[in-house]
Amino acid sequence: MSNLEVHFHEIGVLDRIAAGDTFVHRLDPRSKLLATLLFIVGVVSFGKYEVSALLPFFLYPVVMAAASGMPAGLLGRKLLIVAPFALLVGILNPFLDREILTAIGPVPVSGGWISFTSIVFRFMLTVSAALLLVGTTGIHGVCFACEKLGMPRVFAVQLLLLYRYLFVLADEGIRMFRARSARSFSGRAPGPGLYAQMIGTLLLRAIARAQRIYLAMSCRGFDGAFRSRTPVGWHVRDTAFLLVWAAFFTVARCVNIPEIIGSMFVQ
Amino acid sequence: MSHHLVEARNLSFSYPDGTPALKDVNFRITHGESVAFIGASGAGKSTLIHHLNGYLMPQAGEVRIGEVPVTRETVSGIRRTVGMLFQDPDDQLFMPTVSDDVAFGPLNLGLPRDEVDQRVTDSLSVVGIEHLRDRPPYKLSGGEKRAAAIACVIAGAPDILAMDEPSSDLDPWSRRQLIQLLAGFKHTKIIATHDLDLALDLCERVIVLHKGEVRKDGKTREIFSDEEMLLECHLEKPLRMQT
Ligand SMILES: Nc1ncnc2c1ncn2[C@@H]1O[C@H](COP(=O)(O)OP(=O)(O)OP(=O)(O)O)[C@@H](O)[C@H]1O
Ligand SMILES: [Mg+2]
Repeated sequence: MSNLEVHFHEIGVLDRIAAGDTFVHRLDPRSKLLATLLFIVGVVSFGKYEVSALLPFFLYPVVMAAASGMPAGLLGRKLLIVAPFALLVGILNPFLDREILTAIGPVPVSGGWISFTSIVFRFMLTVSAALLLVGTTGIHGVCFACEKLGMPRVFAVQLLLLYRYLFVLADEGIRMFRARSARSFSGRAPGPGLYAQMIGTLLLRAIARAQRIYLAMSCRGFDGAFRSRTPVGWHVRDTAFLLVWAAFFTVARCVNIPEIIGSMFVQ
Repeated sequence: MSHHLVEARNLSFSYPDGTPALKDVNFRITHGESVAFIGASGAGKSTLIHHLNGYLMPQAGEVRIGEVPVTRETVSGIRRTVGMLFQDPDDQLFMPTVSDDVAFGPLNLGLPRDEVDQRVTDSLSVVGIEHLRDRPPYKLSGGEKRAAAIACVIAGAPDILAMDEPSSDLDPWSRRQLIQLLAGFKHTKIIATHDLDLALDLCERVIVLHKGEVRKDGKTREIFSDEEMLLECHLEKPLRMQT
């Protein structure tokens, strides 16, 4: 199997984990979606030089991963896959912003490095929260919650199909990639022209395939509404879950907890 | 019951790129019949099957399912009546686990939860794959995928089963299993296939398609004895009838 195939199957692992049955899995999708949104808003709204205040937010993915049995290794590998994007976004900061803001021991640290670190942290936090949401709720649950919380149904369905098409696209990609490597005997990389052609074909194939899948769904009565086999309902535990985390995020957003703890030790 | 009737009247269809796929096709299939559509590659079998549940709409003529013409208005009811098994089971399995996939149809019918669960269990046991319940469909073997796809279709309790190449990519044993399974169904069965031995086993009637036209329509044995016609349509006598 090529690397691509391994990654692809790992996205599928999320679906399987989502079928688990822990406290976190049993929560109403809406409470998890809302908690995740609050979390993301909290993390994203910090100033660009904020690093230490972000640290308490790591508690959320850690607790959620532990409580839901999501393997840390899987989460880590997923983060590594998206890491290049974070690096791409932040990598110029150290070069553009050289003003010295602080120092770690004798080493002066420029604003660029701080904002770079901040970006990487935020990426890790938001991506792992999103992965945990899908991994404990399932994409159907997430879309169901979106719709229940007022997202127009067409968008919720779009979201669902987008996720499914991701698989379709990856699958078609794998097949083509296999076919190509089976016929390129030199093992050399193909030229850019061939890649362009392959991508064009890939899109057409994915669209045709997506149409067939959509047909299969409508053949079995899909009318755009989400129906779930596991009964969902808002319980006291959902309110409690949401309130506890909302309180924690608010405190962590307004007060720099590590700084306070640090100053307690210094005194 | 008349609602098991499947009828095509002067059905013609060309693909948007101009490829003519069906030309003036006529047939009438009555309740409980098993009919095979055979023909060489490109003869129009899949195109025809796709007309039976409104994936493709007739460009000329009409298709009727139980006295109801297939139109945009009637298509959702028709899809409940006609269960469709696709040529590629990968197209049909799109949920995270096999049981979710099987539950998809019954849930959309608005059945209560315990009945949905019952249907899932029943359908899985009819095709003999209870043990695959919680497996993700994309990790199954070809034969297992086919079985799962069949379970999905029968969970919707259709009156008519339309199948496109149900025995392709199956090993001889799985193929046998499939034939036995299908032979046990009381539904009206419409099977598009290259597998003439399967047609011989399951269908009392065969319709031969050639270049988008109905070449011959008759009793299975008779059609398979007409070697000249079979050869003209790029087909061969089933192995079991060759001596
Ligand atoms: N999406 C499409 N666009 C254009 N032409 C098509 C399309 N699908 C099929 N055709 C053409 O329509 C004709 C009938 O195709 P169809 O798929 O119905 O054949 P088939 O009998 O199912 O063949 P096979 O046994 O290989 O599955 C063929 O000539 C084919 O090239
Ligand atoms: Mg075909």
